[in-house]
Amino acid sequence: TARKAVVFFEVEILDAKTKDKLCFLDKVGKILPSFSLHWYPARQSIRLDPKGKSLKDEDVLQHLPVGTTATFYFRDLGAQISWVTVFLTEYAGPLLIYLMFYFRVPFIYAPKYDFTTSKHWVVHLACMCHSFHYVKRLLETLFVHRFSHGTMPLRNIFKNCTYYWGFAAWMAYYINHPLYTPPTYGEQQIRLALTVFLFCQIGNFSIHIALRNLRPPGSKTRKIPYPTKNPFTWIFLLVSCPNYTYELGSWLGFTLMTQCLPVAFFTLVGFIQMTVWAKGKHRSYLKEFRDYPTLRSPILPFIL
Amino acid sequence: MASGEEDGTVEEKETNNKKRTKGTIATAWLTFYNIAMTAGWLVLAVAMVRYYLQKGTHKGLYRNIARTLKFFQTFALLEVGHCAIGIVRTSVIVTGVQVCSRIFMVWFVTNSIRQIQNEESVILFVVVWTITEITRYSFYTFNLLNHLPYFIKWARYNMFIVMYPLGVIGELLTIHASLPYVRRSGMYSLRLPNKYNVSFDYYYFLIIVMLSYIPCKNSTHNKTS
Repeated sequence: TARKAVVFFEVEILDAKTKDKLCFLDKVGKILPSFSLHWYPARQSIRLDPKGKSLKDEDVLQHLPVGTTATFYFRDLGAQISWVTVFLTEYAGPLLIYLMFYFRVPFIYAPKYDFTTSKHWVVHLACMCHSFHYVKRLLETLFVHRFSHGTMPLRNIFKNCTYYWGFAAWMAYYINHPLYTPPTYGEQQIRLALTVFLFCQIGNFSIHIALRNLRPPGSKTRKIPYPTKNPFTWIFLLVSCPNYTYELGSWLGFTLMTQCLPVAFFTLVGFIQMTVWAKGKHRSYLKEFRDYPTLRSPILPFIL
Repeated sequence: MASGEEDGTVEEKETNNKKRTKGTIATAWLTFYNIAMTAGWLVLAVAMVRYYLQKGTHKGLYRNIARTLKFFQTFALLEVGHCAIGIVRTSVIVTGVQVCSRIFMVWFVTNSIRQIQNEESVILFVVVWTITEITRYSFYTFNLLNHLPYFIKWARYNMFIVMYPLGVIGELLTIHASLPYVRRSGMYSLRLPNKYNVSFDYYYFLIIVMLSYIPCKNSTHNKTS
């Protein structure tokens, strides 16, 4: 039997900023091992070009455009935290905070209102919807989503939690306030709002399931999402990121239901952020897939 | 020479000419703008000195110069536009925040809360602003004319060391003085219940503004430009 020639590589790793030689490995086999100096793997960014994109864990040394002496550049990404941890924390906060305001825990409103409940039924409905929304998000984080990256920078958790928890407190304060004013058009308005909200919650969930099914467990492959048998996914014909479209719809429904300006403001800020994300995702779809459907818009059909 | 090559160079020349014309227009406009603003703040300075020499007191001085101050400070909003269209190489956000903080003081504090217009702190920050702006706009003007006297350059990079903290003190003291009047009048505030289920208390908003001076006015952005 002929022996297969095994190619060994020499690998040197330089700091991306100072170009100091950090590490030299003189006999590396097929896969580049993740080396640890003081930084755990999730913090390490190894790249072929100091200003270029990071190599992925799956990249194989033999398939990279390097000679037999490979030079890589290392960048420390800073303290990292897992996406799952961030999502759970940022969603658990609003769930609990809203409930604190709903049950009128002491020191929020005047003492005579402590532990009382609102006399308006829409306030109870709003609490159920808000809580349902965040429970759904928590469950999706645990059981549905498949994340491309394992981690994000640590400072993101402070930024994200401030945003979610802050807005939750601001909205919940007014909705559960003893002087809350129910919607102007009463039951009609609330019924319409609830319909929109539920429709978009189901829609959002359908999209998450569809996106999950695009990707086999443990893989990080990327494919174009297409409409499935579920009618809620037919929106893929017109939009690249329908999960954001449905999310916007849910919050518009909640705004209509509560007729509360802080909720409208939260919806607006969320919409702006999601539009930025949707446009980025749409652009990367167009870059990656030559045959990407041309009818699709990033987030709003034909508009945005 | 093939005609294809000739066309190429003609097109290039046309775009270069267009760029050069745009550049000249921008420079001309900016020069005019900075001269006008230098003149405006000089007028303000002269008016303040004259008033004080004539009346011997600072009482009523703000009322006297209020219109001119509001006009030139508001006009500075154009600078955000300059950054947005790229004829000035500064971040839109940094310029925006700086101009907005000035507009806020002028329109939402000293203009709306008449009782504090005779406070010494008002004179303090107006004087500081005047000196700072005259220096800044004349610096830009001379830069655009490619002839920068050393004195102006020195003033621009050194006076802020004294002017900046004095200005901050003047502004903070003014806001602080306005608090009792804001509380009593309930101005710019919205109470519950209302159909939009929101409330706003200008009194607490002003307190938050005062507290935000600590991180905001300490940031490095403010220590240059």
